[in-house]
Amino acid sequence: MKNKNRRDFLKTVGTVGATGIAAAVGGDTSVAGQSPAGSPAGRVLLDPAGGPVSHAYTFLTAPEAAFIEAAVDRFIPADDLTPGGTDCGVAVFIDRQLAGAWGSGDRTYMQGPWQKGVPTQGYQSPLTPAEFFRAGIAATNAYCRKTLQKDFDRLTVEQQNKVLQDMEQGRVTFEGTVPAQEFFNLLLGTAMQGFFADPIYGGNRDKAAWKMIGFPGVIAIYSEHIKTYRNKKYDVEPKSILDLS
Amino acid sequence: MTTRLREVDVVIVGLGWTGGILAKELSEAGMRVVALERGGMRGTNPDFAIPQIRDELKYAVRNHLMQNPARDTLTFRHSPTEPSLPMRQLGSFLPGEGLGGAGVHWNGVTWRWTGIDHAARSYYEQRYGKSFIPSDMPIQDWPMTYAELEPYYDKFERTAGVSGKAGNIRGTKQTGGNFFEQPRDRDYPLPALEPSYSQILFNDATAQMGYHPFPRPCANASRAYTNPDGSHLGACVYCGHCERFGCEANAKGSPHITVIPKAMAQPSFELRTHSWVTKVMLDSTKKKAIGVAYTDVSTGEEYEQPAAIVALCAYAINNVHLMLLSGIGTPYDATTQKGIVGKNYCYQPGGGGVTLFFEDRIFNPFMATGAFGIAIDDFHANDQFDRAAMSALGGATINVGQSNGRPIGYRPVPAGTPRWGAAWKKATAKWYLRAMNIGVTASNMPNRYNAYDLDPTYKNVFGQPLLRLTYNFLENDKKVIGYVAQKAAEIARSLKPASMTGPGMLGDYNIVPYQSTHNTGGAIMGSSPGNSALNKYLQSWDVPNVFVLGASAFPHNSAYNPTGPVGALAYWTADAIKTKFRNRPGLMT
Repeated sequence: MKNKNRRDFLKTVGTVGATGIAAAVGGDTSVAGQSPAGSPAGRVLLDPAGGPVSHAYTFLTAPEAAFIEAAVDRFIPADDLTPGGTDCGVAVFIDRQLAGAWGSGDRTYMQGPWQKGVPTQGYQSPLTPAEFFRAGIAATNAYCRKTLQKDFDRLTVEQQNKVLQDMEQGRVTFEGTVPAQEFFNLLLGTAMQGFFADPIYGGNRDKAAWKMIGFPGVIAIYSEHIKTYRNKKYDVEPKSILDLS
Repeated sequence: MTTRLREVDVVIVGLGWTGGILAKELSEAGMRVVALERGGMRGTNPDFAIPQIRDELKYAVRNHLMQNPARDTLTFRHSPTEPSLPMRQLGSFLPGEGLGGAGVHWNGVTWRWTGIDHAARSYYEQRYGKSFIPSDMPIQDWPMTYAELEPYYDKFERTAGVSGKAGNIRGTKQTGGNFFEQPRDRDYPLPALEPSYSQILFNDATAQMGYHPFPRPCANASRAYTNPDGSHLGACVYCGHCERFGCEANAKGSPHITVIPKAMAQPSFELRTHSWVTKVMLDSTKKKAIGVAYTDVSTGEEYEQPAAIVALCAYAINNVHLMLLSGIGTPYDATTQKGIVGKNYCYQPGGGGVTLFFEDRIFNPFMATGAFGIAIDDFHANDQFDRAAMSALGGATINVGQSNGRPIGYRPVPAGTPRWGAAWKKATAKWYLRAMNIGVTASNMPNRYNAYDLDPTYKNVFGQPLLRLTYNFLENDKKVIGYVAQKAAEIARSLKPASMTGPGMLGDYNIVPYQSTHNTGGAIMGSSPGNSALNKYLQSWDVPNVFVLGASAFPHNSAYNPTGPVGALAYWTADAIKTKFRNRPGLMT
């Protein structure tokens, strides 16, 4: 999908209203030149309902978006079960979460003083989740440049998997404020939220994750089915909040 | 700048289950009652309407119905020698905020506690000798018997529309109910819900092994129901969005659809939302409360509400916080073991559960209710269960529920599966429908070091010290879980799964992953001011016109969920205020 920006962009211009065009143009032209891999900031994906939808990123810079897209494609690789994480909207989901209330530290006690603490005491960073992500992406790329001479998104798939596994297992130490393993856990956790949450948040496009596991979604009236579907598969087209709104 | 308001008979701090029960009972008795709720107004329609209420991210992950820790939280450490740091985000437990409190987003498991729970110290002393109780375990009997509380349990079950099956009606054992329960006057108001496939497997396996399975009592209505107050509940549709959500079908017994509307119909009752009580005001003797100070968090304006009775009905943790902030009673000091308020904090150890994976069985985990389940009580309520065999006090229930097959939170995979990548996807796709869980829920005995006090460093949004929680799972908990988890594993193996994970060992307490909202103790009830903050009517020994309701009163935690006795004790206290205190204010005996 990465090299299809321009084509999808033109498709968008042809069909959506003025606001959508302005957003897509802004996203595309302002960052395209800075991203050698082609700009992820101007990505356009097809809406499950068939119409084109702009997916310009609002929080992530182009290099950050390239990182997140690569990471979610490693977490959720394309296979016969679902498209890859990016094509399932997981990068868009993360971007919107970071741009929104949660990323800004909503429902988080942000007062000092700050101490490291032990893992059983939970999140103790003075950074908001959005700031933590930004620092974590920068630290991961710095680590990749130092050890492999390239940013994370430019590594081979095998190299990317290795870096993520090393972060997950606590085998690498980042310079700076963000511990590698902690960043990994937040990144993975947020990606999984995006993959499995209602598509209303931008991830789980076309309810791919729900179809993959057999979760029927939000209608959920099982007064009779609790008896009739004992040890029997309940095969229905899942319904989301998006579908019913 | 503070506005002093006109005195009322009763001011209630927090309007969830306990505040709602008190508000209804006392306002119907003609008392002038004001309830101060720090959160907002909310109701089934439109706040819990479908499809929006089925939003797992918003409600189950981002906790939109719960306390906002940005304004007030607590600090936590494992032992007094460690630095205590703020719980910056909710995790392990989820206190409520807003009309109905945690009673809106609970699951609905509604037990009557055991005879052993009511006689926690005397049972163990009589059967096992005084030396069986470790010297650092300050357990004590409840100040009232189960028999005294029975009519109030009954009243709460009828209010909340509890579905279940009696096991013992006035001494006669009932087939299909809990063989080990204490005698009850009559059956539950509603029959048990339809069991899930996983529950049927567990029921049959445990019966075959000689255990005594029964449907767990739950405030998820098995059919449409009108309670004795005339409140209507709908029938549960097994939607799987119970805990952490409001019920769009009004099928979960909740205060916002039962007692609170009844109180609001009374002219002598007034509700003020967004009203955050910062302190109980005492007179110069410190023996009498004159009312409460609160801030309207929507304007920042400060008020004083004078009242003849102050009832603390906030979440259990926040009740203790308010007592310490207000100087009610003597704060507990774990080093000297002097003082009372903050003592005997308990929680609920889990971790002994097992997940079973079957190639050829389909469980449809999304067809679920918060509280339905099959349990065995052979290692808990059973007073013949030999605690010497596990060298520990207490016990655990073993149960199969099926409450939350929602996909962000529930994605079982066999041990050894990676957490991401192609192999993880394949396993998740395969096992989501084909796994079931057997849970182990343990009691928690108090320890001298497991306690609350005020934090010396961190402050809430009003500049007040946060509550500080010192807590860990200890030897007794590890023995109980270790012993009962092996029994759960035996049951699991008898079902011949393709594979199973667990049981795990109980490690250190971790405040990050959700475990349960079963925080108890801190303002405990007992027989004398020397062993308790509250007397048998949940009345402060030190400031007798202050009542402190909720699970903060429990001297230890049962292997059962707390809401049954929380509701029963609220009716019990309401009765005492109406029939005794009102006529003769002062310490009741």
